[in-house]
Amino acid sequence: MPKGSRNLPKPFTRMCSSKTLMYALAVTTAVLSLLVGISTGSLSIPFSSIIGILAAEWFGVPLPSDIPADWVPIVMAIRLPRVALAFLVGASLAMAGAAFQGLLKNALADPYTLGVSSGASVGAVLVIFLGWQWPLFGTFTLPVVSILFGMATLAAVLAFTRAVERQLSVETIILAGIIFGAFFSALISLMIALTGEELRQIISWLMGSVAMRGWKYSGLLLPFFLIGAVVLIANARELNAFAFGEAAALHVGVDVTRRKVIILTAAALLTGAAVSVSGTIGFVGLVVPHMVRLVCGPNYRVLLPLSLLYGGAFLVLADVAARTIIEPRELPIGVITSLIGAPLFAVLFFRKTRRKMG
Amino acid sequence: MTMLEVRAVSHQYGLKQVLDHVTFSVEKGELFGIVGPNGSGKTTLLKLISKELPLVSGEITISGQPLSALSAKQWARMAAVLPQTAETAYGYTVKETVALGRYAHQRGLFPTWTKEDEAAVQEALAAVGLIDKIDEPLERLSGGERQRAYLARALAQEPQLLLLDEPTNHMDISGQVRLLDRLVEAARSRGLTVVAVFHDMNVASLYCDRVIVLKEGKTAALGAPADVMTPALLQEVFAAPVVRQAHPAAAKPVFSFVPKGKEESPAAGLRLSFLDDAAVLAARKPLRVLSSALIGAGFQWATHFVNRQVGLDYDCRDAEEDMHRYLEQRGFLPERTVGMMTAVDVRDAVWVQEEGEAFLVAVMATAGVGNAIDAARSWQHKPFAVKPGTINMVVVIDGRLTDAAFVQAVMTATEAKAKALADRSVCDPETGTVATGTSTDSLAVAATQTGRTFAYAGTATELGRAIGRLVYEAVTEALDRYKRRRGRP
Repeated sequence: MPKGSRNLPKPFTRMCSSKTLMYALAVTTAVLSLLVGISTGSLSIPFSSIIGILAAEWFGVPLPSDIPADWVPIVMAIRLPRVALAFLVGASLAMAGAAFQGLLKNALADPYTLGVSSGASVGAVLVIFLGWQWPLFGTFTLPVVSILFGMATLAAVLAFTRAVERQLSVETIILAGIIFGAFFSALISLMIALTGEELRQIISWLMGSVAMRGWKYSGLLLPFFLIGAVVLIANARELNAFAFGEAAALHVGVDVTRRKVIILTAAALLTGAAVSVSGTIGFVGLVVPHMVRLVCGPNYRVLLPLSLLYGGAFLVLADVAARTIIEPRELPIGVITSLIGAPLFAVLFFRKTRRKMG
Repeated sequence: MTMLEVRAVSHQYGLKQVLDHVTFSVEKGELFGIVGPNGSGKTTLLKLISKELPLVSGEITISGQPLSALSAKQWARMAAVLPQTAETAYGYTVKETVALGRYAHQRGLFPTWTKEDEAAVQEALAAVGLIDKIDEPLERLSGGERQRAYLARALAQEPQLLLLDEPTNHMDISGQVRLLDRLVEAARSRGLTVVAVFHDMNVASLYCDRVIVLKEGKTAALGAPADVMTPALLQEVFAAPVVRQAHPAAAKPVFSFVPKGKEESPAAGLRLSFLDDAAVLAARKPLRVLSSALIGAGFQWATHFVNRQVGLDYDCRDAEEDMHRYLEQRGFLPERTVGMMTAVDVRDAVWVQEEGEAFLVAVMATAGVGNAIDAARSWQHKPFAVKPGTINMVVVIDGRLTDAAFVQAVMTATEAKAKALADRSVCDPETGTVATGTSTDSLAVAATQTGRTFAYAGTATELGRAIGRLVYEAVTEALDRYKRRRGRP
């Protein structure tokens, strides 16, 4: 053991070293969570039946005779779209969070702390409030406006930070995010106060939900998700370089400004798209990448795909909790993620700070 | 072949001019240092070369290509940077850290890890001696090992030019030397050109082939350290008194800053006291001493001068070690003490002093002439066992002596001693001629290094005259006391 080394608590070293094992574990978890998500509800559907139904619907295999025919629409039209949306939203938020944390070199940053999701919310609420439906976009109006607002917020936060100090320090970015977030909350409150019949719609959107959205919303999210995920994973090496600071990234040959814009844009795209279809669901982007980092190390080549899988799984399971805890009523999913996420955040923060102080 | 060329580069932070028309070029394989005090623009210069700051005025080329024509990746394939302190990214292993050095060599959206990449990383890790720590998380490494990991990352870039920004700033002395030695070795074996910012002039002097000395953004000097790093220049650049000396082992100059001390005369603080077997001269503040004494020979800073009395039958074989032990037992710090031996009764020690104009000279002497010898004829003696020295002298001067003055003081004191022996007709029993000393005499010349400066202490100078007269007086008196004691049964 080298001189001067400290015995770090076990979780900060890597518990798994085999990549194959890590991916196998993550895929299994994701698939199981999806099955649990589809299976759970007022009517419990066994895994075997789910697989039978999916096989029948997707591959034309004859439906086994022991599966009631009325289970098919429950799985295909109600539960699967919901679970798929939850998975995509969770995956998007977790990846965006991981990217924000890497770029800002702060493991406690996420889209929520940076005000991007607040900005996206303002866009979405504005669309509901004004009843906008742009001819060219149709039902895409809300997510498109939401995404635009999310990215505009990010640009505003960065511009403001740069105006305060040229170095774009993490503390200032986060502080700017809080300022913008507070301002946007006020704007949302203002619109709520001024609104009439859209009140319920706005409130339920704000609290976050993946319920009763059908395939349409997943379809809206999917292209943004794919673009964002591919761009981020393609920038994993740059994110690794950024983890050593911008100067180090530059020294090894990263085109710092360009990559920063690309990564922030991709992350904002994921965040804005996720918020636009499901409302503000907090802490997913913060807690999931962090937990993955603890177990599998900080390498973004592994961290991003694993955050995708675990983030999706986490939100699917959170949604299961949201709809089962006080059955038959449903809790807003954002409440569940925050109830789990905030204490976890506190624990992580505690450990991180203690580790810093040695 | 010119590796790096900097032409008329200027830079401003706001209205402040931090670099002003700096021009130099570095040849392939050179180790080039950028030296200067804080705020002289050396880090700014390095940041301009590494593209961390935009080049506004002037021109920089690497291997003939202007910086502006190089993309970030192209730059990183030609040059690498070892920063002062890198931010530690928690959780990354040594290998992952070093692998980042291959970034600029990889192509495509999802590049594969090639054999060349792996070979470069392994080789870089071997060069810095971290092969066995390859899977260790970075935060488990010591500061020096971490810096070596970053050096490995820079080497993995396979650059032609390596830029260092005070790479050993936060390391202890052994870590510094180890890292720099490895660095020089790695650079030489790869034919790397190294451009390094050093705030430590001694490190720059020891390791650099050439240096540029910056002062307030301007070139103060450019050339080989031994040629351009003169005390006058450094004194001007650093605005602090600097002394230049030869390195004890390498043929390079070393530099020491002279702190501003309180000007007080410690000569009054000199105190002569006696233990049962030693005469002890103690100073309140350390004196700079040039001596031939058993303990503390050469140049030394010392507060105590111990003249120890040993029997005539003293076994001299382990004298130095024995003296060391003796000093420790009596509570003297051997590192701060000049220790001499004599067979003479130390109670006969003579103490004389003279106050000149704004200086003071004091001499302590003990003398015995059992081994009296004529230096000019000592070749006629048969080889004999060395016995404890019998004329021991400590000359204390309240003043600032140059190295030349120290040596001249030694000469003056020695000549005066020889004259005292001649005038007392002390003879070399073997040759029958007048003795010039004894075979094992010790001399210590000590100076307070405060107050008036003496460039010389030869016999024609005021100081030399005082030394000569006092030494002559003291030795004569000591000889008389020795004679009297010998005369008594």
